[in-house]
Amino acid sequence: MSRVVRLALPVVAALAVGAVLLALSGVSPSEAVGLVWEGAFGSAAKVSDTLMSWVPLVLAASGLVVTFTAGLWNIGVEGQIVAGAIAATWVARSLPGPGWVVVPAALLAALAGGVAWALLAGLLRTRGGVNEIFGGLGLDFVAAGLAVYLILGPWQRQGVASTSGTDVFRVQAWLPTLPNLRLSPLAIGIALAGLIGVGLLLRGTRPGLRLRAVGGNPASALVLGIPTERYLLGAFALCGALAGLAGAVQATGFHHKLVPAVSGGYGFLGILVVLLAGFRTVWIGPLALVFVAVAAGGTQLQLRLNVDSSLSGVVLGVGVLVALLLGARGAKEAPPLVEEP
Amino acid sequence: MNLELRHIEKRFGPTVANRDISLLVESGSIHAVLGENGAGKSTLMKIISGFIAPDAGEVLMGGDRLPPGSPHHSAAAGIGMLHQDPLVFLPMTMLDNAMLGSDRNTRTAAEELADVADRLGFHFRPDVPAGRLSVGARQQHEMIRLLWLGVRVLILDEPTTGITEAQREQLFAALRTLAGEGLIVLFVSHKLEEVAELCDRVTVLRHGLVAGETELPTPPLRLVEMMFGRSVEPVARKRIPPGEVVLDIDRLEMAEAGVGAGPISIGVRRGEALGLAGLEGSGQRLLLRACAGRLRPASGRVLFEGADPVTRSDKIHYVPAGRLEEGLIPGLTVTEHLELTAPDDSFTIDWGEAEERAGSVIAAYQISGTPETLADVLSGGNQQRLMLAMAPDNARLLLLEQPTRGLDLESARWVWSELDRRRSAGATVVFTSSDLDELVAQSDRIAVFFAGEVVGVVESSTATTSELGHLIGGLAPGVSS
Repeated sequence: MSRVVRLALPVVAALAVGAVLLALSGVSPSEAVGLVWEGAFGSAAKVSDTLMSWVPLVLAASGLVVTFTAGLWNIGVEGQIVAGAIAATWVARSLPGPGWVVVPAALLAALAGGVAWALLAGLLRTRGGVNEIFGGLGLDFVAAGLAVYLILGPWQRQGVASTSGTDVFRVQAWLPTLPNLRLSPLAIGIALAGLIGVGLLLRGTRPGLRLRAVGGNPASALVLGIPTERYLLGAFALCGALAGLAGAVQATGFHHKLVPAVSGGYGFLGILVVLLAGFRTVWIGPLALVFVAVAAGGTQLQLRLNVDSSLSGVVLGVGVLVALLLGARGAKEAPPLVEEP
Repeated sequence: MNLELRHIEKRFGPTVANRDISLLVESGSIHAVLGENGAGKSTLMKIISGFIAPDAGEVLMGGDRLPPGSPHHSAAAGIGMLHQDPLVFLPMTMLDNAMLGSDRNTRTAAEELADVADRLGFHFRPDVPAGRLSVGARQQHEMIRLLWLGVRVLILDEPTTGITEAQREQLFAALRTLAGEGLIVLFVSHKLEEVAELCDRVTVLRHGLVAGETELPTPPLRLVEMMFGRSVEPVARKRIPPGEVVLDIDRLEMAEAGVGAGPISIGVRRGEALGLAGLEGSGQRLLLRACAGRLRPASGRVLFEGADPVTRSDKIHYVPAGRLEEGLIPGLTVTEHLELTAPDDSFTIDWGEAEERAGSVIAAYQISGTPETLADVLSGGNQQRLMLAMAPDNARLLLLEQPTRGLDLESARWVWSELDRRRSAGATVVFTSSDLDELVAQSDRIAVFFAGEVVGVVESSTATTSELGHLIGGLAPGVSS
């Protein structure tokens, strides 16, 4: 099988399965694509909303590429986003002053919060012998519980505690946006910087190469003198930093307050994006855009065609499964052996 | 009822695990399959028990051919295998474990199992979860279960690993009883003395081939020679006048995972090649790892150039035996491997330059591959060349585990010429080998390990393979037995 076919086949198959699913639900696939397109990119406001959901997804996926490269299943990414959002909320609520002070401070706090939450999972793994899947999952619940506690307790809205969130932050703590749109160029810049930075780190630097060695075979890496624990914790920290920033963007750029489901599920969605991208950073940007566009357009399907909006999620999920299945089959075809001279 | 193997062949990619193996075991005999790690013993046993289908050849039970690769049919024909780590479900009780895969009546089973246990001198504990029993006790329960199911061939894969001396004696007594009742016992081991103590006949495997078959008792020396063989034609080693002592090992004792070695005292000089001989697991690997600074001494000390090896890691390079297990990284290219150990410590990597450098290393080390070839698709010989190429040129202590294992003649010769070159440039080489001729030809001195101790250090210029064989087998030199 040629390289092009191997890469394109899963995507084509995923699209085909999606079309069949839509047809089965009584929706014409071409009409659905048109509606999704319109829902995601039909107006400047829609483009700006779509891009603002693209930012946290790209940040989470960029961080996850780092942990996947290190051979880690960082399921705790959701909790790291929440931890970032909580830290950003704390700064936004308590730090007085103009926007150019509060916003950077909130972003830095979110970064630190994400790193701390990720290092907890990392230390549980390297020192406590707790698999990062279980440690991360546990910490996800703890972070979500902490957010709800803060929203209903210490940070409750004036007068009435409600799971709809805290009070809206004062405007100085909002990410600055373009006039009349919700698009924040700063957020887009952060996402692009994270994505490109991770790509360069993994491909072009010595620490990146060592991290790939640790992920590829920790035993060999250790024999070659690479401090594997430090690299594993570094990978957790970097992923946590990017996830924390995603949380800050969610809290200060989208909701403008802390809400219980502040992560928006972008952490888990990020895992799908990275798997589908085959751990290649160049594919993360475009694939993340497809994901958020379908999610945004799914609402249009419900409004206009009266199908349940969850259909778009089903189509995406099944598409990823098909792509992974074909990808796994491709990997089973062993590469040719280089013979002795 | 005989068990017969005819011309069994099995390859895994480029590795030949079994080549043209034929074997006939008669009922009532305890037959040993002896060989070093990687000789092909486990593969052969898994073929007999149906876990692996051979590429060619057949297994016959009482003259009937067994369908290849079907554990179910092999079990039905009466073949039972006791794995090295008994395959039991730890949270389940021993009775539940025994009932798995059997449709017999639970109520009578407990009694029947207890009867089998009595016959063997074991004790069956139906209500105890497997996880609360020792490895030795689990092994006994597995044996009870297999016999209760009516096996006629009992395969034991390294059964004495991890069990106590008392359990070992019980096991051997039980096996003798069973053989007396007409069972076939296949006893897989790499321990000479156990084979000599227990078995009637032995087949020695080496590099996937039958190296020899003989009645027991036989002089242990003969078994050592069969196991270690003379596969590589010796090439003349370059003699380099040794310099001062650089590796100073003083009353070193080591322990890891319940296996200990030492005390060992030896000084190794600059430019010297020290060979470590002995049956696998006699302490050679512990010593290599202590010299590499990867295993802390339990007592005593190792100094390289007067310092703790941990602080000298840039001058010490360790090349382990498991090329893909702990040497190379699957998924990384030749260039990337070379960059991992490059002395250059810049933050960014210029991949254009790196590939050029890799190209010249590939030419110098005659690796058949390109800079972009993934290390895991290289053949064994080329992986070994890559691993040597990864040793930085300024490494002054090279520690190598089985550097030529599994290599063809040409690659093995090349490895030694490269090590000669490194020694000429002032490096010291310490290596293990399972090949007596290679040890004599490639070492200045040979330290022989037996049961965790160095039982002799011999000058290779005066050593003979027979003297080495005696030492390896734990016998005083010159005593024929």
